[in-house]
Amino acid sequence: MSSPISRGFHRRHQDTTADTKRVPPGQYVTTDFPVLSAGPTPHTPLESWSFSIRRAGDTLKSWSWSELQAQPVEDVTVDIHCVTRWSKLDTRWQAVSIDTLLAQVDHNARFVLAFCDGGYTTNLPIADVTGHQAWVAFGYDGQPLQSEHGGPARLLVPHLYFWKSAKWVRGLELLEADEPGFWERYGYNNYGDPWREQRYAGD
Amino acid sequence: MARTAVRGRLTWQVASAGSLTEETPSVRTIELDVPDWAGHRAGQHLDVRLTADDGYVAERSYSLASAPGEAVAITVERLEDGEVSPYLTEDLRAGDELEIRGPIGGYFVWPWQDDAVSPLLLVAGGSGVVPFRSILRHRAETGTTTPTRLLYSAKSLPDVIYRAELDAMHDGVEVIYTLTRQQPPGWTGHSGRVNDAMLREIAWPSGQHPIAYVCGPTAFVESVASALVGIGYPADRVKTERFGGVGGP
Repeated sequence: MSSPISRGFHRRHQDTTADTKRVPPGQYVTTDFPVLSAGPTPHTPLESWSFSIRRAGDTLKSWSWSELQAQPVEDVTVDIHCVTRWSKLDTRWQAVSIDTLLAQVDHNARFVLAFCDGGYTTNLPIADVTGHQAWVAFGYDGQPLQSEHGGPARLLVPHLYFWKSAKWVRGLELLEADEPGFWERYGYNNYGDPWREQRYAGD
Repeated sequence: MARTAVRGRLTWQVASAGSLTEETPSVRTIELDVPDWAGHRAGQHLDVRLTADDGYVAERSYSLASAPGEAVAITVERLEDGEVSPYLTEDLRAGDELEIRGPIGGYFVWPWQDDAVSPLLLVAGGSGVVPFRSILRHRAETGTTTPTRLLYSAKSLPDVIYRAELDAMHDGVEVIYTLTRQQPPGWTGHSGRVNDAMLREIAWPSGQHPIAYVCGPTAFVESVASALVGIGYPADRVKTERFGGVGGP
C-alpha cells in the first residue's frame, strides 16, 4: 500500500545542522531535552542511594553513591532517540560502563531487568548492556544529572529507544529468561531498535 | 495485575478527515473515518503520518479526544514553529486522507485496573485537556457517579478548549478553571498557575484513595505531579502524560 499524499503538506524545517544519516526513520532532531515519564519524579537522597546487581532476590553486589563514583568514569558522547520521535545528537554524559560493574560479579545471565525508584522497569538482553554499549550515567554536560532527566543516575543505552535508558535506576536484576518491563507491558516493543523503527509490539 | 492493552502489530491505515471543529483560534478537533479501528480506551493516543509529494514523511502522536465507542477524534493545537500541527489545523479539509495507527498506550487510561469508583482528579495544562474529554465522556457513558474534579489551567477563557461541553458537566463532575495570563472582568475563579495551595483546596484528600491524571507541558506536569506527592498522593496514584516544550514540531 502506498501512502496517500497529503495535499499541501511539505517539510518546513531544513535540517541543516544534522547529518540525516544519523537520524533514524520517523525521528526529528531537537536541541531541547524533552522529558517522558509515567509518573512523578522521585527524589532519593544520595546517602541512601545504591546501585545493586541482583539475582533471584539476592544482592550479588552493591555500590553506594561514593563507591560508584570511585569506579572508572567515562566521558561518553552519543546520539539518543526517544520513541516519541525526538532525537538529540552529540549528548555528552559522565558514566560508568555496565561492563565495569558486571565484571565484579560472577554470572551467566542472558537478560537483565533494570529496576528504578518509582517502580519503573525495563528489560534488555545481556548482549545489549555489555560490549561497551551501556552505562550508568550520573553526569550530563559536566553537571550532575537533573532529577527530571533521571538523576541522580540513569541507565544509558543509546543504541535503543531511550525508554530503555531507565531513569532513576537503582540496579539490574539478572535473568535467565526475558521478562517484559513497564512500557514493554503496555504495548511498546520488547527490543526497541530505532533503526528498525521498533516502537510498538509487533513492529 | 498490569494488563496488556496493545498486542499484535499496529499497522498504518488510511483514514479520511470527517467533521472539523474549530475549538479555539489555534485548536481544531478532527474526526477521522477509520475503516478498521479495533476500539480504544479513554486516555490512549494514536500516531498520524503525513507524506509530502516529494516523499518527505512526518509522524506525530496525538491523544484521542473521543470516548471508546465514539467516532475516532483527535484535537490538535497549532504550534507556530511546528510542521504537522499547522497542516492539521489549517490546511486539512474534510475528505482528505492521512495515515494513522493506534490505539497506543495502556498506562494513562481510565478506568485504571477496572477501578471506576476511586475519586478522580484530572489536572490539565492547555491542550493537556484532550485525553480528559475522552475520560469524562467515557465516565458519563458508564453511568458511574465517581466524584470527579477537573482542574484546568488555561491562559485565558478564550483559550479554554471544549468550554461548552465542560461547562455543561454534571452528575458529580466539577470543572475548575485557573486562568494564568488574562482574566475577564469580574472573574471570580482561580488565577495563576496551579500551585500547592490550589491543589490543597481542590484535590481530593489523599485519605479518600483518589487517583490523579496530569497532562500538559513538561514543566506543568513536573510541578503538579510533585505537588500531589507533596500533599500525600502515592506516586503510583499519579499518572502523567507530558508533551510540548519540544522546541521543534
